[in-house]
Amino acid sequence: MTTQTLTAPAPRTPLQEFWHYFSSNKGAVAGLFFICIICFMALFADWVAPHSPSDQVRDALLLPPAWLEGGNWAYVLGTDDVGRDILSRLIHGARLSLSVGLVAVTASLGMGILLGLLAGFCKGVVDTIIMRIVDIMLAMPSLLLAIAIVAVLGPSIVNAALAISIVSLPHYVRLTRAATMAEMSRDYVTSSRVIGAGPLRLMFICILPNCLAPLIVQATLGFSSAILDMAALGFLGLGAQPPTPEWGSMLANALQFVQRAWWVVTFPGLMILITVLAFNLMGDGLRDALDPKLKH
Amino acid sequence: MFQFIFRRLSLVIPTFIGITLLTFTLIRLIPGDPIEVMAGERGVSAERHAELSAQLGFDQPLYVQYFRYVGGVLQGDLGNSLITKEPVLSEFLTLFPATIELAVCAAIFAILIGLPAGIFAAVKRGTILDHSVMTFSLTGYSMPIFWWALLLMLVFSVTLGWTPVSGRIDVVFWIDDVTGFMLVDSLLSDEEGAFSSAVSHLILPSIVLGTIPMAVIARMTRSSMLEVLSEDYIRTARSKGIAPWRVIVIHALRNALIPVITVIGLQVGILLSGAILTETVFAWPGIGKWLIESIGRRDYPVVQGGILIVATIIIVVNLLVDIAYGVVNPRIRHSR
Amino acid sequence: MSLLKLENLSVSFGNFRAVDNISYQVDEGEVLGIVGESGSGKSVSSLSVMGLIDYPGKVSADKLSFDGQDLLSMPETQRRKLTGSEIAMIFQDPMTSLNPCFTVGYQIIEALKTHQGGSKKELRQRAIDLLTQVGIPAPETRLSAYPHQLSGGMSQRVMIAIAIACNPRLLIADEPTTALDVTIQAQIIDLLIDLQRTKKMGLVLITHDLALVAEVAQRVIVMYAGQIVESGPASEVFSQPKHPYTQALLASLPESAAGKSRLDALSGVVPGMYDRPQGCLLSPRCPYATEHCHNVAPENQGPIGRQVKCHTPLDEMGRPAA
Repeated sequence: MTTQTLTAPAPRTPLQEFWHYFSSNKGAVAGLFFICIICFMALFADWVAPHSPSDQVRDALLLPPAWLEGGNWAYVLGTDDVGRDILSRLIHGARLSLSVGLVAVTASLGMGILLGLLAGFCKGVVDTIIMRIVDIMLAMPSLLLAIAIVAVLGPSIVNAALAISIVSLPHYVRLTRAATMAEMSRDYVTSSRVIGAGPLRLMFICILPNCLAPLIVQATLGFSSAILDMAALGFLGLGAQPPTPEWGSMLANALQFVQRAWWVVTFPGLMILITVLAFNLMGDGLRDALDPKLKH
Repeated sequence: MFQFIFRRLSLVIPTFIGITLLTFTLIRLIPGDPIEVMAGERGVSAERHAELSAQLGFDQPLYVQYFRYVGGVLQGDLGNSLITKEPVLSEFLTLFPATIELAVCAAIFAILIGLPAGIFAAVKRGTILDHSVMTFSLTGYSMPIFWWALLLMLVFSVTLGWTPVSGRIDVVFWIDDVTGFMLVDSLLSDEEGAFSSAVSHLILPSIVLGTIPMAVIARMTRSSMLEVLSEDYIRTARSKGIAPWRVIVIHALRNALIPVITVIGLQVGILLSGAILTETVFAWPGIGKWLIESIGRRDYPVVQGGILIVATIIIVVNLLVDIAYGVVNPRIRHSR
Repeated sequence: MSLLKLENLSVSFGNFRAVDNISYQVDEGEVLGIVGESGSGKSVSSLSVMGLIDYPGKVSADKLSFDGQDLLSMPETQRRKLTGSEIAMIFQDPMTSLNPCFTVGYQIIEALKTHQGGSKKELRQRAIDLLTQVGIPAPETRLSAYPHQLSGGMSQRVMIAIAIACNPRLLIADEPTTALDVTIQAQIIDLLIDLQRTKKMGLVLITHDLALVAEVAQRVIVMYAGQIVESGPASEVFSQPKHPYTQALLASLPESAAGKSRLDALSGVVPGMYDRPQGCLLSPRCPYATEHCHNVAPENQGPIGRQVKCHTPLDEMGRPAA
């Protein structure tokens, strides 16, 4: 009797496996690619941008994009009403949007994890109090709450970032709490508790790493909503103040140019749309790749 | 069923208390003395300051202030606007119909497009139709709607001239305010063309405001339908020899709608906050524009009252959605 | 005259053949047992008879006929008239097979209305009759019950009521008792067999339960990895298995292990999409496999009605032929 040798495929490392699933989603890869470009632009804005974002060229007001009649290749996407290069402002705006996103996501992720772990771990009164607050915050539309916070603190980019991180906090708390509660009932947590692991060790070493997948996905999606909310606040005049090159505030007084200079209106919004879309695409891809169960 | 409603109702009360606490504290977080802030740059004399302070109850301990505030709120007293001196509630009530009109039209647009799109995408899974629905809906979901408003305005109002740029109705019409809903009022008035003018003013804002809810509904419907279509009872239904459309519409959709209804309910929050942006762009005289202008004018009682009312509306709608959920889903109705 | 006839039916999902060239027939009033492990293609083959295989699954067959009518070539609408009325099916898990949003009455009446029609009152009365037939107490009140208010056994009775609503001539029962409590299992099988005898239905009984098949089926089909490895009269197949797989299945029954400390079981698992062996599909697990078995797939051997797919069918002593 001979033994049949079946060639089993070599097991992949977790990273390879992740990449295998992630890269099978073309949208997610496109999103990642665009995010890389944006990050590059943001990091090296001073070198990439052809002009300074605040340089006002008096003899080039409302210049159309270069490929149109009257355009100038020195100002590829045209200029705004005070003669600033739109492309340069967009590139510098990327820096602002990404850093606000980063700050907001990091802050709310950190706070959210802490509160969520606490709620899920302690249960009882602590849990009830935290979750009630979260419910109240979720009852308010995030933009409205952000507007309220900025209205009180005064419009500025820092306050806007603060407002956005407060507003997105509930999602992280809920996710972390749900994941913590699920993990708490697992045997491995019980066993490490039996061994004598302290609550801090249990929370951060045992439980947290197992809750990371949904949090990573939520953080990616949080980036997109942070950028979107930031732009909305900027548009309403509650975020970055002029002349800061922020995508939303570039549109703040665009209404008056709808009739005569479409490029002033079009490009900043397109930039916001594509960036937000890229983060959403990547978030969807991450969700599918990290945990198929998360697809509802 | 009554018990079920009662339970849901009792959960709402702590949330409402929380929101009053929030709006109460928010105003007290304004840096500096509230009366100085309210008085603006002109400043205020010492006696006037004391007088106002007593009048507004700022000399009382905080908890007394809070209970006074809640007591007022429960009687419909949300304070007066600093600018117009009008009660906040009555200002709100005159502006609210405009926002409802816009939000309802946006919701109808979102449901009419989003629901069928999601169903088709699920039924034709993996086809070009599915992929394009998903691409469009993700794009809609990522849309900065203030820009979307500007863009649509640029194309349809400015370039093509099909729709008016802003407002609720053409200035040539003078419509009596009967219900507050322009569509109804313009029909009630005898002015010729008033109704079509009102409709044409509504189209772009509704599309803009409905875009994100539409995308969310389409995505949710699709994933919910996909899940339901793979259920055993769908196989049972098909094994009875029922026509495919009947399997989808009667057996699958009813079950798939359960999570979708929740999502549609959650869109009320998105609609109301989206209204802030949409109304600002289209100069639509609703509560969104009112709130933003009040923030600009530092009219704090209006901001405080407006946020409280909007949050309350959202809670109430969410409660209604919860109850509707119980009606559609027999399991919930019976088990609790 | 055979009621249902399959010739070389295959069902493939992409490159994977879940059902691989199977042929069998069911006669009127006959009970056919189909046995095999999970993943052997039992359910998929019966779903293809019902026309319930969805994209990307593809059904192909030389012949798939019911009562002389070709099921594959007939238009969709005509085929739907047969499914649910002439051919009916009940499924494995009764708790998930009823639509949670509709009452029991609605779901039974829907089947009646689709194929037979009638006034509201008539339909209701017939639904009550059906519930009585399947042994549900207080049928009038049960009509307005929702599926989540029923136990598993009750749900399966309702499923049976739906299936027999239009007096089908062929009933396919796909593991009808697997998801139920042991005490309920016997009741449901008794009910099925009773109905089959009184209504003279053909019954295809798909199951893991060899003892059950031996008891109620006239003929039996043993499936392995999408293929029929042995078929024949139930008494013969079980007393004198000719295929090593059937032999192993029987040896794994607790009854045959009397006096032994361990049950006999085949090592390994049914081959899936990626590890399909080259020759006989059982060869990696077969205790009698030869070099020939590993390289060449066997053909069916033996007379029609008692076939076996093996190079070296077992003899009366249960040993492979030379």
